[in-house]
Amino acid sequence: MKLMTLAWRSLANRKTTSLLTVLSFALGVILLLGVDKVRTEARQSFINTVSGTDLIVGARSGPVNLLLYSVFRIGNATNNISWQSYQELSQSKSVDWAVPISLGDSHKGFRVLGTTTNYFEHIKYGNKQPLRFSEGRAFEGTFDVVLGAEVAHQLGYQLDTPVAIAHGAGKVSFIKHDNLPFQVVGILAPTGTPSDRTLFVKLEGIEAIHVGWNSGSPSASSLKLTHKDFENKTLEPETITATFIGLKSRMAAFHFQRMVNQYREEPLLAIMPALTLQELWQLIGVAEKSLLVVSALVVFSTILGMMITMLSSLQERRREIAILRAVGARPYHIFFLLGLETLVITLAGALLGWLTLYGLLALVAPYLMDMFGFHMALGAPSLKELYILVAIVGASLLMSLIPGWRAYKNSLSDGLMVRV
Amino acid sequence: MSVAQLQVARGERVFLQGASGSGKSTLLSLIGGVAVAQEGRLTVLEQDLTQMSAKRRDGFRAEHLGLIFQQFNLIPYLSGLENVLLTGRFAKQRKVTRNEALQRLLELGIDQSLAAKPVTELSIGQQQRVAAARALVGNPELIIADEPTSALDSDTRDTYLALLFEQCKAHGSSLLFVSHDQSLAERFDRTVKVTDVIEWGQA
Repeated sequence: MKLMTLAWRSLANRKTTSLLTVLSFALGVILLLGVDKVRTEARQSFINTVSGTDLIVGARSGPVNLLLYSVFRIGNATNNISWQSYQELSQSKSVDWAVPISLGDSHKGFRVLGTTTNYFEHIKYGNKQPLRFSEGRAFEGTFDVVLGAEVAHQLGYQLDTPVAIAHGAGKVSFIKHDNLPFQVVGILAPTGTPSDRTLFVKLEGIEAIHVGWNSGSPSASSLKLTHKDFENKTLEPETITATFIGLKSRMAAFHFQRMVNQYREEPLLAIMPALTLQELWQLIGVAEKSLLVVSALVVFSTILGMMITMLSSLQERRREIAILRAVGARPYHIFFLLGLETLVITLAGALLGWLTLYGLLALVAPYLMDMFGFHMALGAPSLKELYILVAIVGASLLMSLIPGWRAYKNSLSDGLMVRV
Repeated sequence: MSVAQLQVARGERVFLQGASGSGKSTLLSLIGGVAVAQEGRLTVLEQDLTQMSAKRRDGFRAEHLGLIFQQFNLIPYLSGLENVLLTGRFAKQRKVTRNEALQRLLELGIDQSLAAKPVTELSIGQQQRVAAARALVGNPELIIADEPTSALDSDTRDTYLALLFEQCKAHGSSLLFVSHDQSLAERFDRTVKVTDVIEWGQA
């Protein structure tokens, strides 16, 4: 009979305790790996929000602030940049392309972004993946609108649905530009980025709905404007919120950035999105790290609990150990026996936890995508997860040395004759 | 405590009589090779246990001894057969085959279906027989039995003793039988009183 069989039978004999220990282990593993998985994925989808853009230029504020409103569409720009500056910048020698964006309006809580057709060509996400249309096409007319995947999904909009854009970014807005409705001409495929929650219109569209709004609220005549009034009219914006810039050579990025930051005509700020994304992540990374620490503590207390269970079971197992000694088992056999039991329990717990986690993720992933636009890639388990599992099992084995040592000492002092 | 002298000849059945607390357990631990004598010589089967390392003494026990205790002889989560098979698990020479274990169990009145049951389902008498089978398989030179019959009623005790003697004789094992029960003494070749063997006080 192998020692492993003995360990197995001994565990089976204490079914309830063994199962509970395996379960609590599985829970610890789910928590630790789950937190790690979510944080890795969150970081990845965060870093992947913009790709292929070398610089973002906006009015001077903080880099993080500029990133938040231009990329994540969170918060508002403190100031705009003039159309003139935009044009000068975009015609700069080193600039390959420039895509202006104009923010400030919304539709049922989703941000409306005014831009040019180039947006769909140049603004990429993930690993330089372009935006893809799941239905329809890019906007052409002034009152065409393209919807992000989530906007279309949540509001149940299809092609040709009329959309009235509201002034301001709030969920509830009292002033609507509903005399000038837009029409859905395209719907984007899901990306897991803020684009999913955005409505895209032409810059001219944004201008059109704000004609006569110079004072910040509509004049009486502007509310009576209809689509007809804009036929054959060219609208040039006076200001835009920010512009995404792609350079001919990435080497020029630092130089161009300095040039923008020292721009004489107005105070501008240029950021490199990849760098600022990292910076921002470090800022929110503290929460994510403390979450990891907490779950590591949970795992530690699980291991501790298992060790305590083993220690307290030793008393009732003294007899069993004495019998093994009587048939010639050496103290190190006893030591191994306890180690093997720990190994079985932790391996079972780790495996169970790991499988359950992936099962849960598979169940929850589509829901996460739907509710939060958070893309959870299931993928193959990473080497890091394996390391974590190995570390947990290793730590438990180390901990099992303590009851193992106790059993060893007991077996020496009890000898063969334990009085029960 | 010191042990003056105790000799058991090969094949002999010795009754070691003594009340509890008389130092019996220590004596058995010494012979079993778990405890070690501080001085003097302890020769079991022509081998001096005092000269052996703890590891070798464990090995010696696995190879050459069979032990039967008063009760709780068996690992509760194994079947009778599996308990018997434990003998030889930790020995190099003394290998116990399944057939041999079953044969020995049968000789002691435990048939195959009983042997397959978890030992917790067996009666005390049956458990002690399994314990005897475990001690006897692989033909050890010396069987040490520490009050194996104290939990049995007189009928089962008598059959048990008869079986034990028969087996020891058949396989040429010496038997050192420890008990406080004077009435059993007459069935043995020789009786030794613990008090004659052990002296208390300075060594």
